[in-house]
Amino acid sequence: MASIGKILRRSFLIGSTAIVGGVAFGAWYVSRPAANPLRPGAGEAALNPFVFIDAQGVTLIAPRAEMGQGVHTTWAALIAEELDVDLADVRVIHGPPAQAYYNSAMIADALPNKGYDISDFQHGIGEMLGVLGKVVGLQVTGGSTSMKDGFVRMREAGAVARETLKQAAADRLGLARGDLRTQSGKVIAPDGTELSYAALAEAAAAIDPVDAPLRDAREWRLLGKPQPRVDMTAKVTGTATFGVDVRLPGMKFAALRINPRLGGAMSGYDDSAARAMPGVERIVDLGDGVAVIGRNTWLAQQAADAIDITWEKAPYPPETEAIFERIAAALDDAPNSALRDDGDVTSPPAGATRITAEYRAPYLAHATMEPMNATARYTGDALEVWCGNQGPTFQQARCADIAGLPKEAVTVHTTLMGGGFGRRLELDYASHATRVAMAMPGVPVQLTWSREEDMRHDFYRPGAMARFSGAIVDGKAVMLDARIAAQSAVFQAMDRVAGLPPAGPDKVLVEGAFNQPYAIPNYRVRGHVCDLKIPVGFWRSVGNSFNGFFHETFMDEMAVAAGADPLAFRLDLMRGEHAPSAGCLKAVAEMSGWTGKTPEGVGRGVALTYSFGTPVAQVIEVADEGGVIRIRRAWIACDMGIALDPAIIEAQMTGGMIYGLSAACFGEITFADGAVEQGNFPDYDALRMHSAPETEVRILQTNAHMGGAGEPGTPPSMPALGNALFDLTGQRARSMPFARQFNLLV
Amino acid sequence: MTTTLTINGTDHAVDLPQEVPLLWVLRDEIGLTGTKFGCGVAACGACTVHIDGTAVRACQVALGDVWGPVTTIEGLGTPQAMNAVQRAWAAEQVAQCGYCQSGQIMQAAALLAENPDPDDSDIDDAMQGNLCRCGTYPRIRAAIKSAARMMKEA
Ligand code: FES
Ligand code: FES
Repeated sequence: MASIGKILRRSFLIGSTAIVGGVAFGAWYVSRPAANPLRPGAGEAALNPFVFIDAQGVTLIAPRAEMGQGVHTTWAALIAEELDVDLADVRVIHGPPAQAYYNSAMIADALPNKGYDISDFQHGIGEMLGVLGKVVGLQVTGGSTSMKDGFVRMREAGAVARETLKQAAADRLGLARGDLRTQSGKVIAPDGTELSYAALAEAAAAIDPVDAPLRDAREWRLLGKPQPRVDMTAKVTGTATFGVDVRLPGMKFAALRINPRLGGAMSGYDDSAARAMPGVERIVDLGDGVAVIGRNTWLAQQAADAIDITWEKAPYPPETEAIFERIAAALDDAPNSALRDDGDVTSPPAGATRITAEYRAPYLAHATMEPMNATARYTGDALEVWCGNQGPTFQQARCADIAGLPKEAVTVHTTLMGGGFGRRLELDYASHATRVAMAMPGVPVQLTWSREEDMRHDFYRPGAMARFSGAIVDGKAVMLDARIAAQSAVFQAMDRVAGLPPAGPDKVLVEGAFNQPYAIPNYRVRGHVCDLKIPVGFWRSVGNSFNGFFHETFMDEMAVAAGADPLAFRLDLMRGEHAPSAGCLKAVAEMSGWTGKTPEGVGRGVALTYSFGTPVAQVIEVADEGGVIRIRRAWIACDMGIALDPAIIEAQMTGGMIYGLSAACFGEITFADGAVEQGNFPDYDALRMHSAPETEVRILQTNAHMGGAGEPGTPPSMPALGNALFDLTGQRARSMPFARQFNLLV
Repeated sequence: MTTTLTINGTDHAVDLPQEVPLLWVLRDEIGLTGTKFGCGVAACGACTVHIDGTAVRACQVALGDVWGPVTTIEGLGTPQAMNAVQRAWAAEQVAQCGYCQSGQIMQAAALLAENPDPDDSDIDDAMQGNLCRCGTYPRIRAAIKSAARMMKEA
């Protein structure tokens, strides 16, 4: 099979590519008419941008970053389904950044303020963010989604390649194409003659592509069934290459320290002690921090720690409580949005039972298992960068900017990622690696964040607050009015990476609250943007990650006020509004044997959040075990329409839930003297083997629209747990993390 | 000062200060990158290797303190010849991002060597130092049990 290096040498740096949407399962757009970025040599054929064949076999291009969500496997399965190759026999690579892997049509009308006077870099970033906003918008309204786009186009890529190979075989054998069939990478004639795709590839590349209709789902061999992941063998043998595993001849290793007061300046440093330490090669002034290049990462880190640095103040209130005072104040400011405003929430019917509640969610770090890192080699007229990332073209453009090089002189190699969760959409790690490598031209340098630097220099899930009020008449919710305040991750990212001003209503700030499938006649959700300079970004499920908690905790409080069973109360409001959501609730009720009653010492909670086009319902069971509360069991039901790979979806649902439960129990980023207080896992812990629940997942397929899988498992986990804790203890959990209020198993 | 380490059956001479943790000797000096860096403070288990058959956190063992032969994930098995634990991991499709899995597998291999038939609470006790941010715990548990079965049958 073609070596990756060989393909890349021929095809790297053609046009641009965009990957959006964080951990969303397959948030990826493809435009058909773009030039094929794969440049086959003699004896090789790239039948389209996704199928590459040479004498050794078939390589499929899955131009989507693999962060653990299994996208390489499912993407390849879409092509292989129609191409008639076996996944075990093909190679799957991320491929080069290229125009062909990007939907220019979709982007054209997405920019809020398309700029004629902005730089190429700003333009590109603006487009990416425009798309991001649009993608999120589409997902929350349940419209067409990214996977749906890949779902059709990738099967088409496979079908066209297959029929074209058959045509080449027909020409060679003097038969009609219709008389031939295909199986396991071969064209087979009626008399049993077999021609391998590799033997036909060159001839096939010379003829016009032959269109073919897509097969009916009933004929699928691969899709809809669990496939062995294409990355599994490498990941269980230590041979998978993550960004931090890149090794190049003559490579040096670097560590850094950046101002812990985020965005604050550095006024000076004394590196005399560091210079004398073993293995130190170079000390690099990064402007807002210092890096040390050394013989290995640890020696470099020791030296970095020995530098005496004077840091300037943070550009935001230095203590957590002062920050939350600002967020609380924003609740009373003019709203940025009122994306749901049904009926009249200002005059509830006489005799209604009124309830109100206030909620709070903390700032959170992504804490990917692999700390931030990137490797770079700068030669004066060119730059090569290796890193796991969620948007290679934007890394490329930013690095080019820093190095003062044209984009074409910058090559970005996208590796596997030890977790993304939205963190690797940011550009800081490749940017700093570029600055560091520029200090030692010709030498490849790998820059790795310590866990503490990683946790203290994140683009955090914003802290958020909400005020809800509701009214109940005859056991039914007749009114819900919500105000939500937080920093805007979208506005800040637009400003941070592109210098674009905030514009319009921020849907992401209220997603998971304004768009939930409940038929409440008087229903209003308003978003309030709190303008603070703490770096915030896209954390698995983004706005849904706090709004799911707010909204579904309040629904539980409404149910209690109505004297109703919390599951039946929701189902009543949902049944006529969105059948797939109601189906998920019914499924978890059945799976968990929900009766609304629990024995002494056991509590159960339910929640449902509709996000990224997928409703997910969860029931969580907690138990009091001698004064310590353990999360014992969990039941999940989801409906993303067609389930392309049930085993991967099951893993994403479970993993997404555990990510959310970890945050709900222990996750909290707090500030003191302008710096993040948490630095490592002992103070930012997560669920572990003994504390993670036994989990059962059911995948429904009634949704008419395809939804995501990587993120929607996260939002309902937090309210389901909080509601279970209420059921167990009678104490309402209105603020996360819950470990502050409850004695949870650590 | 030159120190000689036996790693996966091969001797390696390294000339480094004695306090450099084994993790970084493996990764940055010898180029065995299967062992991962996650926290550097014994809180995640991503760096787990065996010294003389015992599971240890390589980020906590100084080069000068390595007391016996070292086995890393690369020495446990290879893509062509996987160890039973790795085969069980593949069969249960455990890995998501995969970054923690070298450490998980090394920890599980040490558990199974000591206790060929671990129950749930044995698994909880042995594995709770190994963090997985992707939340693969249920499949890790299943894989440990299936590895135990495989090893019994072998
Ligand atoms: S890196 Fe050694 S335990 Fe985390
Ligand atoms: S598989 Fe990603 S951290 Fe465990």
